[in-house]
Amino acid sequence: MQDDLLNMDCRELRDGIAAGRIKSITVAEAVFERIEQYEPIVGAYITTFKEHALAKAEEIDAQIAAGKQVGQLAGVPIAVKDVLCTTFGATTCASKILENFHAPYNATVIEKLLSADAVIVGKTNMDEFAMGSSTETSGLKQTVNPWDTSRVPGGSSGGSTAAVAGRLCFAALGSDTGGSIRQPASFCGVVGLKPTYGRVSRFGLVAYGSSLDQIGPITRTVADSALMMNVIAGHDPADSTSVDEKQAPVCDYLEKLDEPIKQLKIAVVPQFNAGAESQVQKAISDAIGVYKNLGAEIIEIEMPHLDYAIAAYYIVATAEASSNLARYDGVHYGHRSENAEDYIEVYSKSRAEGFGKEVKRRIMLGTYALSSGYYDAYYLKALKVRNLIRSDFTKAFENCDCIIMPVSPTTAFKIGEKMDDPLKMYLSDVYTIAANLAGVPAVSIPCGFDEDNLPIGLQILAPAFCEDKLLRIARMYESRTDWHKKKPAIV
Amino acid sequence: MSNFPYKVVVGLEIHVQLCTKTKMFCGCAVEFGQAPNSRVCPVCLGMPGVLPVMNKQAFEYSVLAALALNCKIAEFTKWDRKSYYYPDLPKNYQISQYDLPLGANGFIEIPIDGGRTKRIGIIRVHLEEDAGKNLHTAGNFSQVDLNRAGTALLEIVTEPDMNSVAEVRALAVQLQRMVRFLGVSVADMQKGHMRFEPNVNLVITKDGSEYKTPIVEIKNLNSFRSLERSVAVEEQRQLNDFLETGRVMGMGNKTTRGWDDARQITVLQREKEEAHDYRYFPEPDLVPVEMNERWLNDIKAGLCELPIKKQMRYVNEYNLSDYDAGVLTAERSTAEFFVQVVDAGGEPKRVCNLLTQAGLKLANEKVCSVAELGITAGNLAELAKMIEAGTVSASAGNTIMQEMVKTGAAPESIAEELNLTQKSDAGELEGIVDEIIAANPKAVDDVKSDGKKCKKAHGFLLGQVMQKTKGRANPNVVSQILAEKLG
Repeated sequence: MQDDLLNMDCRELRDGIAAGRIKSITVAEAVFERIEQYEPIVGAYITTFKEHALAKAEEIDAQIAAGKQVGQLAGVPIAVKDVLCTTFGATTCASKILENFHAPYNATVIEKLLSADAVIVGKTNMDEFAMGSSTETSGLKQTVNPWDTSRVPGGSSGGSTAAVAGRLCFAALGSDTGGSIRQPASFCGVVGLKPTYGRVSRFGLVAYGSSLDQIGPITRTVADSALMMNVIAGHDPADSTSVDEKQAPVCDYLEKLDEPIKQLKIAVVPQFNAGAESQVQKAISDAIGVYKNLGAEIIEIEMPHLDYAIAAYYIVATAEASSNLARYDGVHYGHRSENAEDYIEVYSKSRAEGFGKEVKRRIMLGTYALSSGYYDAYYLKALKVRNLIRSDFTKAFENCDCIIMPVSPTTAFKIGEKMDDPLKMYLSDVYTIAANLAGVPAVSIPCGFDEDNLPIGLQILAPAFCEDKLLRIARMYESRTDWHKKKPAIV
Repeated sequence: MSNFPYKVVVGLEIHVQLCTKTKMFCGCAVEFGQAPNSRVCPVCLGMPGVLPVMNKQAFEYSVLAALALNCKIAEFTKWDRKSYYYPDLPKNYQISQYDLPLGANGFIEIPIDGGRTKRIGIIRVHLEEDAGKNLHTAGNFSQVDLNRAGTALLEIVTEPDMNSVAEVRALAVQLQRMVRFLGVSVADMQKGHMRFEPNVNLVITKDGSEYKTPIVEIKNLNSFRSLERSVAVEEQRQLNDFLETGRVMGMGNKTTRGWDDARQITVLQREKEEAHDYRYFPEPDLVPVEMNERWLNDIKAGLCELPIKKQMRYVNEYNLSDYDAGVLTAERSTAEFFVQVVDAGGEPKRVCNLLTQAGLKLANEKVCSVAELGITAGNLAELAKMIEAGTVSASAGNTIMQEMVKTGAAPESIAEELNLTQKSDAGELEGIVDEIIAANPKAVDDVKSDGKKCKKAHGFLLGQVMQKTKGRANPNVVSQILAEKLG
């Protein structure tokens, strides 16, 4: 019974709770029972809010009993990546430098979840400041992949995807700067959506690469992704880069979700897909086969500048990061070195002690790229490449509804396997980075398993602000396959 | 030894704090003298995850100032981050404008000798956020007050077109008046609303060759006086330094010197690191600002006649001295009130005297502008007419004006009530003059004698008449009668 409950999707659960068939408190208790049992193995959370969550669940039950209207996520236990500011609990970004930092405000998406009556279960582990592809750079703990506990969950939103896959919550929020939602979603066999840049407010998302960062949902089904988008999408006056809804209206993403796109035209980029492991390639071509059977037309396209995406990304993202992370200096909040003799040492020692290796590496890279004499050769050139990649997408979308490619060249790798080789780690982002550089939405959905029973993800990319279409295309595949119904062994 | 002809060359970098209600990128109130860190929020504290939102009013104020400075307004402008670490800068970068300032290539006219003006070039005008303040009053620790952090700050950079201390002062005064006229800044130097950083060097001619001394930037100036003094002192210091060392301008020897007001000297702060790397790059959290014609026209509607133009017009149109016109046009409301009073029938010079003497004194006492004293233009015009007609004396006029502020009554009734009307009726005064002449034969004799004695005696007799009438006789009329009677 409890397992049936935990395996429900958010929409079913919410409707059951709202109708009074299921008690919100029963659900919350079931989730915490499961967290107590499996969290020591998975390590998905940095903080959990049992008391807070149970109280909220009871409040929702009381509201329903009193016949009051409840929100779109009423009673649904949700986890949020610890990169989102909350007034409850710490906001650590999995970094020693913010280990004891308590934000004085809630991120806009947190406010939206709360007003939709979601029950926030806890804050999930991640790569430190979202810099990494395995959640191993976390300065606070290790998260493992629920499908194989000797493997990484992917990253940087690995805590969120592991929590969703491991039934330690029903849905989660992650953030995606270069694939940080999609890659761990594919490693953990769940659905991860990176919305269009500007679709979801970044206010309260601790910045890594400001022009690339975007918050998105991590769920078990495409419908749940649409439901989450209904709650979090929209313009926010506090975020100047969030898009005016007059220009790009937000729609009800659930409304037409089950209507297939007619005369669907899908593009593939053969030049690009060749780099993936053969089992991944096979899963992708099988998925394309499914779409063919649904009547889709498949075309092959070239995107000549995608080969430069990684290089451009690691300049733009690190340049912005070097500036965004300058504020963690031990002066105003966060870790302050006890060994500082003067204010310069407050800076240097607090930062030396507080930041992990990967964060320092990226700050150094970004600082270098912005330095006078190097700016034109690196940063400016990277921006030019970024524009070329954008126009590659614009051209591509003139001829197709979406582009399909792998999410990651491999399935989940072993813990420690790539930690000594940052370049190898960076290369695992090859398929996801372009969507961030171009700002377009992209989703990862489960599309098979390799011989080690590790999930493989299918990536679908759509034109900017076409999340509705993107999710409908994803749903077409999901409705014909059962991959999303498989559960990790520990479940 | 110092007989080489030289020219001082000064350019100014000016920061003007805009008088917006809220800060540049957040909703915090801009208020000073409040408890430290009481006007702050997560955004201006640079907390993790916060985002800036541009204050449109600040942008419009800046464009208005740039227009008044005859700048070309950028159709497309953007924000950049300027990186440096300092405890009063919460994000350790300042949001500023780097390569695309909102205004550029302008000029300002400043008055120079003989009623002429000189054109000083404006290189650029851009908008940025201010830093907080570090306080060093707590022993071993420094404290940081971030109330000012994030306040809208306009930066204006002039060409090095000024060649004397007087020109530097003239520019500073004109700029202060201009931003006050436009209503974009309170521009109080003592309160740091306006900060000047002169860049100074000399061009010295020696043995037929020209030598340029290294450029020095002077900081810590918080009054017009210190601005003037520091440039004068620096001019002399550079001359002496050149004569001693022969050092000339070269790559990388621009230095920063701080003004020590107590000792009246400039003190070396640091060699200006030409290599100081601010790592400017476009601010990704803000969208660029695109200026269209409609918006620009809306802003242009806020432009007004600028102080220097107004001053020159007042000289010509109202026949005022340059000095009087300058005092009247120092504040926009005063200048406009003056015109209202003149339009209501006041004689310009009389109105000017009332406003610049009793008016400014009263306004100072009440800490308001002359226009806010509560006197109507009509009443003040009446008072000016009364003085002009000799009904009251000029000094009685000042007393009446004081009463007008106090009671709001009309000048005639105050004059009546306080017995301040002058006796100008020649018939009535003649009788009194006759009495005085009869009582003072010695003085009458003196009047008839030679020049100096005559003048003194005339004054004595006039004084007697004034005494007799308790100061209410019109001295002009009395003088005339005396002259007629004593020939």
